[in-house]
Amino acid sequence: MTSIPRQAIEILRRDLRRELRTGEVLWVTIPFGAIALLLIPLAVGTDIPLLRSLGPGIYWVVVLLFGVLVAMRRSGADNQAQRDFLALSGLDPAARFVGQATANALLLLGFELVLGVVSIALYDSSLTGWPWLLLILPIAAAGLALLGTLAAHIVESLGGATALVPLLVAPLSVPLLLGATQSMEALRLGRSILGWLLVMLIVMLTLAIAGILTARPLQEAQ
Amino acid sequence: MTTTLVEFDDVSLRLGTTQILRNASFTLAPGESVALFGPNGSGKTTLLRLIATLLKPTGGSAQVLGADLAQAARINVRSHIGYVGHEPALYPEMTLFENTDFAARLSGKTSQEAMRALAAVGLDGAAERRAAQCSHGMRRRAEFARVLLSPPTLLLLDEPHSALDADAAALVNEMALQVTERAGGVVIASHDRERVHEMTNRTVELSGGTLVS
Repeated sequence: MTSIPRQAIEILRRDLRRELRTGEVLWVTIPFGAIALLLIPLAVGTDIPLLRSLGPGIYWVVVLLFGVLVAMRRSGADNQAQRDFLALSGLDPAARFVGQATANALLLLGFELVLGVVSIALYDSSLTGWPWLLLILPIAAAGLALLGTLAAHIVESLGGATALVPLLVAPLSVPLLLGATQSMEALRLGRSILGWLLVMLIVMLTLAIAGILTARPLQEAQ
Repeated sequence: MTTTLVEFDDVSLRLGTTQILRNASFTLAPGESVALFGPNGSGKTTLLRLIATLLKPTGGSAQVLGADLAQAARINVRSHIGYVGHEPALYPEMTLFENTDFAARLSGKTSQEAMRALAAVGLDGAAERRAAQCSHGMRRRAEFARVLLSPPTLLLLDEPHSALDADAAALVNEMALQVTERAGGVVIASHDRERVHEMTNRTVELSGGTLVS
């Protein structure tokens, strides 16, 4: 029997390898995200001060919407036969959750970085306190990845009831969205962001614990 | 001490509003090989997935390798079950070797063992081909290779001969024989009566979710 961390690493390797071969995030999600960021200035017009103040909020809304969808799509990509194989392979469902969420978090971090560059170019966003982004971006990516992965596992256990997704995702994504946008705003105003970082960390940890503890019951409920 | 590998007594299964299986009673003794026949939609795959502990019965009593299917402990016997369903379980973007190696590593085996299993099903020459670029028959062989990584006590095969050439069909027969020789059990769901009759010693017929013989 293999340990849970080793199994999680195997799931992570599998998911990154599949992404590398299909390029779903690189060739589909990133261009669509960039287009979404581009459409807003077209609608608002070339009001630079307005775009500058809207920029961080729009960036995080786009990251949240696309990010959760990416995480959900990738985590729910296994068909019934593949899920049967995993259940019989000795894989601990918690390892599957951790591996998938980690792969999703890495992909979302890349997504955030590329869209960040696009956002700076289009919205002339402020980069005050940019070193803090080295914390904000990974925490937000991890939070969204955990949320999307957990939502995908719940949907899987309910036999594909995707109509429930917005009800699951919306309330849990609000603190992440608030934490990320308010952190950026606090940085711009030169205030402390520790409170907002703590909110995001608590959400992230709660989602991680919930995902790990419910992995087995959700798998067996299918 | 368990004297039977599988013991179903009046087992029923309802998924949502659909009754898939009704009052099925079925046993499988060590060394026994059973053919499961029936028309499309009769419940063959569901019965196999139940025996594989992937589903919980909604009625009756079911024991597999000594584990009660209604209890959480059923997951403990899964490492002794080899199941090859009729839907492809390989990842199409990954090579045959990567697919087999993934299964090997999840169960604590090495890449060398994965390669040996591929060689045993005659796929060592195609190890670096992506599953999506392989024929259905080759993908089936690769799935058999994953079963060979951990020789099972209970082998469950769903339409194992579909799209297989004579050599691969012989491989299925050999795999089933090895399991029964080790006092394990084999259940094969199929439409190919002629081929499956040759390799089993008992036949069970399913019709409309009911075992009729």
